[in-house]
Amino acid sequence: MEEIKVEVLLQAALALGGLGAIFGILLSVAARVFAVEVDERVEQISEVLPGANCGACGYAGCNNFAEAVCSGNADVGGCIPGGKDTVSEICQILGKEGVESVPKKAVVFCDGDRQTAVERFVYDGSPSCKHADKMGGGFKACAYGCLGLGDCVEACPFGAMKMGDNGLPLIDEEACEGCGVCANYCPRGIIGMIPRDYRNKLVMCNSRDRGKSVVKACPVGCNGCKACTKACPQEAITMEDNLAVIDVDKCDGCGECVAKCKQGAIKALGEQHAAVEKLPRLKLRKLRK
Amino acid sequence: MKAKAFKGGVHPEGHKEVTQRLSIVGSKLPERVVIPMQQHIGAPCEPLVEVGDEVKVGQKIGDTEAFVSAPIHASISGKVTAIEPYNHPTGAKVKSVIIEADGNDEWSQEVKPPGKSVEEMEPKEILNIIREAGIVGMGGAAFPAHVKLSPPPEKMIDTLILNGAECEPHLTADHRTMIEDPEGVVFGLKAMMKVLGVENGIIGIEENKPDAIKTMQEMAEKESNIIVVPLPTMYPQGAEKMLIEAINGRQVPSGGLPMDVGVVNQNVGTSRAIAQAIREGKPLIERPLTVTGAGINTPANLMVRVGTIVEEIIEQCNGMRDDACKVIIGGPMMGMAQPELDIPALKGTSGILVLTESEISYSEINSCIRCAKCVDVCPINLIPSFLGRAGEKGQVEVAEEYHALDCIECGCCTYVCPASRPLTQWIKIIKAEIMAQKKQ
Repeated sequence: MEEIKVEVLLQAALALGGLGAIFGILLSVAARVFAVEVDERVEQISEVLPGANCGACGYAGCNNFAEAVCSGNADVGGCIPGGKDTVSEICQILGKEGVESVPKKAVVFCDGDRQTAVERFVYDGSPSCKHADKMGGGFKACAYGCLGLGDCVEACPFGAMKMGDNGLPLIDEEACEGCGVCANYCPRGIIGMIPRDYRNKLVMCNSRDRGKSVVKACPVGCNGCKACTKACPQEAITMEDNLAVIDVDKCDGCGECVAKCKQGAIKALGEQHAAVEKLPRLKLRKLRK
Repeated sequence: MKAKAFKGGVHPEGHKEVTQRLSIVGSKLPERVVIPMQQHIGAPCEPLVEVGDEVKVGQKIGDTEAFVSAPIHASISGKVTAIEPYNHPTGAKVKSVIIEADGNDEWSQEVKPPGKSVEEMEPKEILNIIREAGIVGMGGAAFPAHVKLSPPPEKMIDTLILNGAECEPHLTADHRTMIEDPEGVVFGLKAMMKVLGVENGIIGIEENKPDAIKTMQEMAEKESNIIVVPLPTMYPQGAEKMLIEAINGRQVPSGGLPMDVGVVNQNVGTSRAIAQAIREGKPLIERPLTVTGAGINTPANLMVRVGTIVEEIIEQCNGMRDDACKVIIGGPMMGMAQPELDIPALKGTSGILVLTESEISYSEINSCIRCAKCVDVCPINLIPSFLGRAGEKGQVEVAEEYHALDCIECGCCTYVCPASRPLTQWIKIIKAEIMAQKKQ
C-alpha cells in the first residue's frame, strides 16, 4: 500500500479552504451591498391574516394584501374574513387608528328547490351553473333562480358551503367568513352578503320577473304584490324591479310582512328550504401553523 | 371522379329510410306565423311594418343596412297583430313580427319575375335579386347567400361546390329536393357560377343517396362544366371544409374560409331557392323540412312557410307518440334540443326530430381517460379533450392556443367519448368567451 503524503493532503485542504474563504467573503459583501429592503411589517401582517388566500380583498393572496396595506394601497379593513380582530391587529402593527368593519355572511336569495321550482327541461350537460345558464336560458322556468349545480360550493375558500339534496346550496353560518367569493361566482347573482348577526326577515327570492310569470315558475317567488311594503311598520321594505327588498338596518323582525306575503317568500334565516346546516369547520389559523 | 374520405369523422346510424322515399308535400297554410327578425348569421333586421298593417305573401317586412344580413318577407297574407320578443329555436327571445292569416294567401305585387333570362343579366343584378329575396344558407347555419357570393376581389375563386351531402342522420329534405327539382338546383348553380365567374361547378352527394346521384348526373350531363361527385358516407361530410377536402383535396387554413382556397360552397336547397328567386321573383318564404324520428306518428317531408309554429307542424304529422321525449330542431348531431314547441320554423330549419325515451341516454359525466378517441375523429385535427378541459375550467388562453376557434362544432368528439364528457358544449362556451375577449 502506497503511503499517503502529508503534503498532498495539506495542499488539497488549503486550496479548498482558500476557495471557500474567498467565496464566503464575496457573498457576505454582496449580501450587504445588494441587500433588498424588507418591510418587517409585511411579514407581521401576513402572520395575522387568515392565510386562506380567498381573494375577497381583491388581491391574489394574503401576502399581496399585506404588501398593499403596508404601501398604503389597500384599506386596513380590506380583509373581510379576518374580521374585527385581524383589523385591530393590523392597525396595531401599522400604528393606525382602528376602522369599523361589519362582519358579513352569505345568503342564497332563492328558495325554489327541486320540488318547488318548475323545471322546463332535463339538463344533461356540463355540471356548472355558468354553463347551464347559457343553455336556452337555464333549465329552470325562473330565469333568476338557483340552478343548484354548485359553482358557489366549489368556489368557497372556507369549505362553508355544500350542495343540499334539494338542489340549493347550504351555508354554514359559523364557517362562513363573509368573503363574498361565492357571490362573485354565482352567474345569476343570487347570493347576497348581509351583516353577520342579522337574524330578522329576508325576501328569499331574486326574481325580477312580473308577478304572473313568477307565480308560474315558482310557488315561493316574490310576485311583487307590494303587500309587504304596505304592511311594514318600519317602512323597511322597498320594491326594486318587481322584487321586494328588506333593508337590514331597519327591519326589527316584527313579522307583519310574513303574515301578509301570500307567496310565502319572506322568511327568517333557517326557515327556508335551504336550511342552514353545520359543516365541519376549517380552523384557518391552525392550518397555517 | 371519386372523392377521397377526409380524416376523422364518425358513422352514426342514418335512419334516412324513414322519409327518403316520401316526396315533399305542401303543409297546411298556417293561421298565424311568427317571423323573427333574426333568422340568419349577422345583423338582425328592423321591422318595416307596424302593428295593424295588412301584409301580403312575399312582402318585405324586415331589412337592415348591414352587409352581413338578409331581408325577411311575410310568408302569409294577413294582418300584423304584434311585434314583440318571441321564443326562438336558439333559446333566446327574439323580436318577431306576428301575422294572423286572412286566409286568402294573396301574393304581393313585389313578387314578379324579372323578365330577363340569366344570360341577359349582369352578375351584379343576379346578386341583387339573391339579396332582395332574403336567401340564406339552407343547410342549417343560415349564412346570407349573397355575402358568400361576393368574395373580396383579391380572392381567386375557381370552383363552386354545391353541397348535397346531407350528412346529418334522419334528415332527407335536401335529398328530396335533388330528386324532385334537379333542374332548379342546376339552374341555381349556373346562376351562382355566373355571379362568381367560375368555370367549375361540382355537386357533392353522399353515396347513401344513389337515386339523387343518378338524377343529378342526368341533369349535369347536359352541361359541360358541371359534374356530380359521389362522396363517401361519413359524418360530417357536409361541413364545408370537409367537403372541399374530400372533393379537391384542398385544406382550408386555420382561421380561414373556403374562399382562401378558391372555393365557394352552397347548399342544394339554397341553389333551388335562388333559382326560384331568379325565375319567379319568389323570396325565401317557405322551405322543405323533414319531420321525423321514432317519436313522430307520421314522418314526412313538408314544404313549410317560414314562421309556422313547430307544434302545429308536429300536429300536422299526427302528433307525437306517448313515449316521445326530446324534440330537436335540425339534425341529431348539430341540432338544438328544444325546451318548448311554441317556436317558429325558420329559413335555416332543416328538420324537426322527435326522439323517444329509448333513443336517449342520460349518462354521468366521468373523468377523461385519455383514450384519444376524440382526437381520432376530429375532422379539423384538434385535440377536443384538451379544449374540453379548457372550456370546463374557463381557461381562455389555453383554448385559444389549441385553436378552439377552428372547431366546427360537429359533435363527433362528444359522440365517441366513452366518458360521456360534453366536449362540444364546453368548446362552444369557451369559443364564445374567446370571441367576447377579442371584441373588447
